Amino acid sequence: MNTSSSVDTKKSRQGFDLFDFMYKYGTLILIGLLIIFFASMNPNFLQTSNLVNILRSISIVTIIGVGITLSLSVDGFDLSVGSVASLANAVVISMFVWYQQPVFIAIGAGLLAALMVGALNAFMIVKVRIPDLLMTLATMFIIQGVALTYTRGATISQNMIMPDGTYAQGQISPLFAKLGQIPWIIIIMLVSVAVVHIFLTYTKHGRYMYVIGGNQEAARLSGIPVNKYKVLAYLLSATFAAIGGMVLASRVMTAEINAGGPYLMDAVAAAFIGFAVLGAGKPNAFGTFIGAVLIGILANGLVMMAVPYYAMDIVKGTVLALALALTYYKLK
Amino acid sequence: MYSPPFLKEVPYRMEKTVLAMNQISIEFPGVKALDNVDFETETGVSHALIGANGAGKSTLMKVLCGAYGHYTGEIFLNGKKVNIRTPKDAQDLGIQIVYQEVDTALIPYLTVGENIMLNETVSDMGKKQVVNWTRIHKKATEILESINVNVSSRKLVSQLSLSEKQMVLIARAISKDCKFLILDEPTAPLSFTETEELFRIVRDLKSKNVGVIFISHRMPELFEICDEITIMRNGEFVIKEEIPKTTINRVIEYMLGQKLDDQFPSRTPMIGETVLETKELSDREKISDINMHVKKGEIVGIAGLVGAGKTEFCKALFGVTNKVDGKVLLHGQKLRIRTPYDAVNQGLALVPEERRKEGVLVHETVVTNFSASSLNNFLKVFSFLDFRAEATKAKEMIQSLGVKTPSEKAIVENLSGGNQQKIAIGKWLVADAEVYIFDEPTKGVDVGAKRDIFNLIAALADQGKSVIYASSELAEIMGISDRIYVMYDGRIVNEVMTEETNEEKLLLYSTGGN
Repeated sequence: MNTSSSVDTKKSRQGFDLFDFMYKYGTLILIGLLIIFFASMNPNFLQTSNLVNILRSISIVTIIGVGITLSLSVDGFDLSVGSVASLANAVVISMFVWYQQPVFIAIGAGLLAALMVGALNAFMIVKVRIPDLLMTLATMFIIQGVALTYTRGATISQNMIMPDGTYAQGQISPLFAKLGQIPWIIIIMLVSVAVVHIFLTYTKHGRYMYVIGGNQEAARLSGIPVNKYKVLAYLLSATFAAIGGMVLASRVMTAEINAGGPYLMDAVAAAFIGFAVLGAGKPNAFGTFIGAVLIGILANGLVMMAVPYYAMDIVKGTVLALALALTYYKLK
Repeated sequence: MYSPPFLKEVPYRMEKTVLAMNQISIEFPGVKALDNVDFETETGVSHALIGANGAGKSTLMKVLCGAYGHYTGEIFLNGKKVNIRTPKDAQDLGIQIVYQEVDTALIPYLTVGENIMLNETVSDMGKKQVVNWTRIHKKATEILESINVNVSSRKLVSQLSLSEKQMVLIARAISKDCKFLILDEPTAPLSFTETEELFRIVRDLKSKNVGVIFISHRMPELFEICDEITIMRNGEFVIKEEIPKTTINRVIEYMLGQKLDDQFPSRTPMIGETVLETKELSDREKISDINMHVKKGEIVGIAGLVGAGKTEFCKALFGVTNKVDGKVLLHGQKLRIRTPYDAVNQGLALVPEERRKEGVLVHETVVTNFSASSLNNFLKVFSFLDFRAEATKAKEMIQSLGVKTPSEKAIVENLSGGNQQKIAIGKWLVADAEVYIFDEPTKGVDVGAKRDIFNLIAALADQGKSVIYASSELAEIMGISDRIYVMYDGRIVNEVMTEETNEEKLLLYSTGGN
């Protein structure tokens, strides 16, 4: 190794690298192409009402996906978000319907339940050192069961018949009901994305989380309190899952069995598609939003083209596989 | 009854097999690791192979056991030329090796017997599809008995101690025809009694006409167990001697050879009061009873060979190790260091040995690396980052440290080792610590960058910082430090003033002599 060769970097910056270009802009180009394609197949696709509809349809996925992004940023993985969303959904609706509580207590209870799950995850992962994927897989089942047990295996809705034969007295607050309606549901999504994006990109805490995600041991030896930030990541992940679950509750006004479960895979897909957006190469909130947009457009457009809903998972899974291929091929 | 091949009816006079390696050379990208090395030994003899770090001992043995196929030169057994290019070639000729990292060669969730008979179950099954477990365990037990090792063949390897694992590997090596057994630093992790046990087995094997080649840094051990010694230096063969006819001091002289050029800054140390002090520091594993101190403006060297416990000491001091006994005092005040986070807050800084894994954030930019330990100095309100101040500081550091990088936004992974090390050190200059701990800071660094690093360290001391410099490069310790502690086997065995000692003495102390 001599001094002159050490100036050179491994990659030369000259020349147009097609793969690099596709890595950075591929997702955005794909979204553009899909819009053109669907619009040409069905002019209704571009109507404002449909575009707003797409945004509304992806909002819960995005909010939960943003939580997953936070757990991914410290090189963790939170699989329990779907169950946490179900739990928050059940708790918040039951607070209204069963216990006739005001809005803030209901929402507070939903958040508290989620934070307890986040704390459990964080403790088992940081202190007991169970690998994140496995621990959150376990909590996913546990919390799914807890939510089911709490609702006694039934849907909670207004005027439901209680075990003693009477009708439930509580009503869902009209204020809470607004959360799941346009424009609030979209605003909540956009604010979540913006807050997490700013948090991760422009603050000390976000920097630390990315550094931990990149190399935990080097971060620790730099004097960064690694465990503290991992705990924070799981608490935040659970918080956003709870927000997602409560927005869902407000949108459907009931607590159905395992209502949050289906959002897990979409949110994971959105977060992983987001890795590559604009060449970030790491989990990021804006990318997760773009990932969710891609999935939303695909779902919406395919439904318009009369592709049956039950075939949708094939498309989503394929898109996820492609996004992962892009990310891991890049790492190679 | 099955008996291992070497126990089979041996003739009254055992036939000696002579192994000769002639003019062995091997190159790796940019490095000539071996340069026309000759090596000769025979069965029934234990042969020591010694040399300083980077002398090429392990490389030579890897050539012999087929791990590196691209060497030039010739190998002879009893005067007959043999071609060793793969591990299988070597094994077929009866050359077996037990590597230092025993865990890489064992399968932890299989039993002792299965591990010993692994070669047989993997390659000697032929067309048989069903494993006869009774036979496997019976054979394994016999091999273990033949070297008097008392471990059940049905025990899981994951439940064994380190030395027992080593025994299992030796048993595996002799489960097939074994003429030569190479032991690479076998005693480094072993306790005194475990070492005695190993030596008993080595003597046993010798009497059964196996040639044992012993790589070790521990001089007294080599003189106890070996008959012959080959000394290497900088990838070259120096001399072969008979152990009874030589002395430790002579061997050390051959190992060192000529002195390095003077590349160390000259300075007049201004040494003040004691800053950091340890009292009976111990990590319950590798190191114990470390009493040392470092003063203001002083560079204290921690000398010791690989495996002496220098890295463990640095990590225990910096709060990396979880369970630490003893006391650390800073300015006479007892410190409570549970994590590196605490250590940094108390004004300690560690430049760790494993640069890419621990020292720098390889996937991050130069800026992010420089500010990683002192991000609180680059903040605006609400913990928002001040990117401009960060970049300005990074540019300043690039200038003053002479880091060769296209820009401050370059990813650290793409820089050379020396520049990465400058960044690993620069991170702590930005953080402005009081006590700097360096663990092998010149490892994998080119000569030019080495000199820069020495200048940096000297400048730190001149500014009144305290420096702890741990290294197995004794010439560097001699060149840079004011006072030296020598570590051997997890303990400090000697404390000397640099001006009152020399490299030979340091090497003598670090190899267990006194």
